[in-house]
Amino acid sequence: MSLKKTDVEKIAHLARLSLDEEAIPGYADDLSGILSLVEEMNEVNTDGVEPLAHPHDAVQRLRSDQVSEENQRELLQQNAPQIDSGLFLVPKVIE
Amino acid sequence: MGDSNLKNSTLTELSALLQKKDISSVELTSYYLERIKRLDGGEGGLNSFISVTEEHALKQAAAADAKLAAGGAGLLTGLPIAHKDIFCTKGIRTSCGSKMLDNFIAPYSATVVEKMESDGLVMLGKTNMDEFAMGSSNENSFYGAVSNPWSRDRVPGGSSGGSAAAVAARITPAATGTDTGGSIRQPAALCGITGLKPTYGRVSRWGMVAFASSLDQGGVLTQSAEDAALLLNSMAGFDPKDSTSMDRELPDFSAELNNSLEGVKVGLPKEYFEDGMDAGVAKVVEEAIETYKSMGAEMVEIELPNSGLAVPTYYVLAPAECSSNLSRFDGVRYGYRCEDPKDLEDLYKRSRGEGFGEEVKRRIMIGAYVLSAGYYDAYYLKAQRMRRLISGDFHSAFEKVDVIMGPVTPTTAFRQGEKSDDPVTMYLSDIYTIAVNLAGLPGISIPAGFSDGMPVGLQLIGNHFAESKLLNLAHQYQQRTGWHRELPSNIE
Repeated sequence: MSLKKTDVEKIAHLARLSLDEEAIPGYADDLSGILSLVEEMNEVNTDGVEPLAHPHDAVQRLRSDQVSEENQRELLQQNAPQIDSGLFLVPKVIE
Repeated sequence: MGDSNLKNSTLTELSALLQKKDISSVELTSYYLERIKRLDGGEGGLNSFISVTEEHALKQAAAADAKLAAGGAGLLTGLPIAHKDIFCTKGIRTSCGSKMLDNFIAPYSATVVEKMESDGLVMLGKTNMDEFAMGSSNENSFYGAVSNPWSRDRVPGGSSGGSAAAVAARITPAATGTDTGGSIRQPAALCGITGLKPTYGRVSRWGMVAFASSLDQGGVLTQSAEDAALLLNSMAGFDPKDSTSMDRELPDFSAELNNSLEGVKVGLPKEYFEDGMDAGVAKVVEEAIETYKSMGAEMVEIELPNSGLAVPTYYVLAPAECSSNLSRFDGVRYGYRCEDPKDLEDLYKRSRGEGFGEEVKRRIMIGAYVLSAGYYDAYYLKAQRMRRLISGDFHSAFEKVDVIMGPVTPTTAFRQGEKSDDPVTMYLSDIYTIAVNLAGLPGISIPAGFSDGMPVGLQLIGNHFAESKLLNLAHQYQQRTGWHRELPSNIE
């Protein structure tokens, strides 16, 4: 798989990453190299093999629906770049 | 007790000194803080710490001394340790080696940190690492590269490179680490120390910044297997706060250290010995195998036919999980935010583009690509099927043997800058460690000798939850050999 500049731009948009214009060809080369490595998987026939998502084949553990955490909004918002009255602030979304 | 003896004392030995009141925890902590100051910072320093928490450490040490005086202290009370900067530490910066979290003060502590704190361990500081644990050389840190104490122009390995270098230079007697594809075992091997990656689910991931959640596992970097057992006793155990934590019986990991190796069956995967291993490394591994034979272990050739495809499989699954996990860094709730965003999309894109380093961006993009519409089956599902085959190889092997043995890395520590331009070459340096994570198995790296003056590690791989067996084999080897006692000659 060889990725073009436009492919990289599309992936970067999907991942919400800004890239420096001059760095894009380098990323195209690196990502193409990684995908070529990855495609070595195709040497093996995996038809009928069950996908393995968890090393112990475990399923999601459920808990009872009970409140376990106290409200710690002020503590947790201490790391926020911008807040007002307990709310996270972002640039205006609706005109 | 003289300083030279103190420097090369294991946790187990230091614990005995504390219990006998030959030294206080404040004295011991001050001793390591002085070593950190002298050897780690400034021009020519190792750069293995991101933050040194002197005040916090001395306070914890004083509390430990009070407990030691009053009675009721445990084996770990008053012993210093360093935490990889991936573990959240309440009220203390937790950067994960990234500009993204350069200003992040953790609002709570990781379960591992809490458990160790309640057992009386004293935190000296937070160690350097590849950004978000992505790397094999520690060159991907926002806080700069770390030197290998055995040769300053070489890498310490990664991603727990700071922890490994710090233990190798004895500026901390032990450290925590995490291992997603080899990030404890590989740096331990390259720095000539012991590194234990427990079974997936054995140690809580709560408060450990997530990279690839189905692979990440916390563990320890120590001077000996005996020390690793001591620390695993503190950090392991079921945690309801980690949804992938396994609720299994918790043995005393020190209990089987002295078991005889008579008749223990050790598997040697023929794929690990075929080619690709440097001759100097191969020689050391062969000698270690002979030592094990002389202790009564029986060698059995085994096959891991799909192990050669572990690296390609990993580089689908780990980036996919990384792209999903790292989507939480959005410049809104915590972490880096760009200047003057013009709208919300600009805020997301520039905060992430400026806050993440190159390797992290590469992996996020690979992940986004393999998970995107039209490619999911060909990459992600294919890799999950491969994962079952790779895992199945180990299950078959463990029907015949108790433990698997082989190299940790194909070469000794490479030079700074040698592989940093080519991600694929860098990825292939983890060829012997990565399959273990895909299968969720425990693994340990122990020092087994030197090649051209650089340390070589031996890897032992165990069945699920068989850490005690690994520690037993490692400890017996360390009773027989002195490699784990060797120190870099240029470190005073």
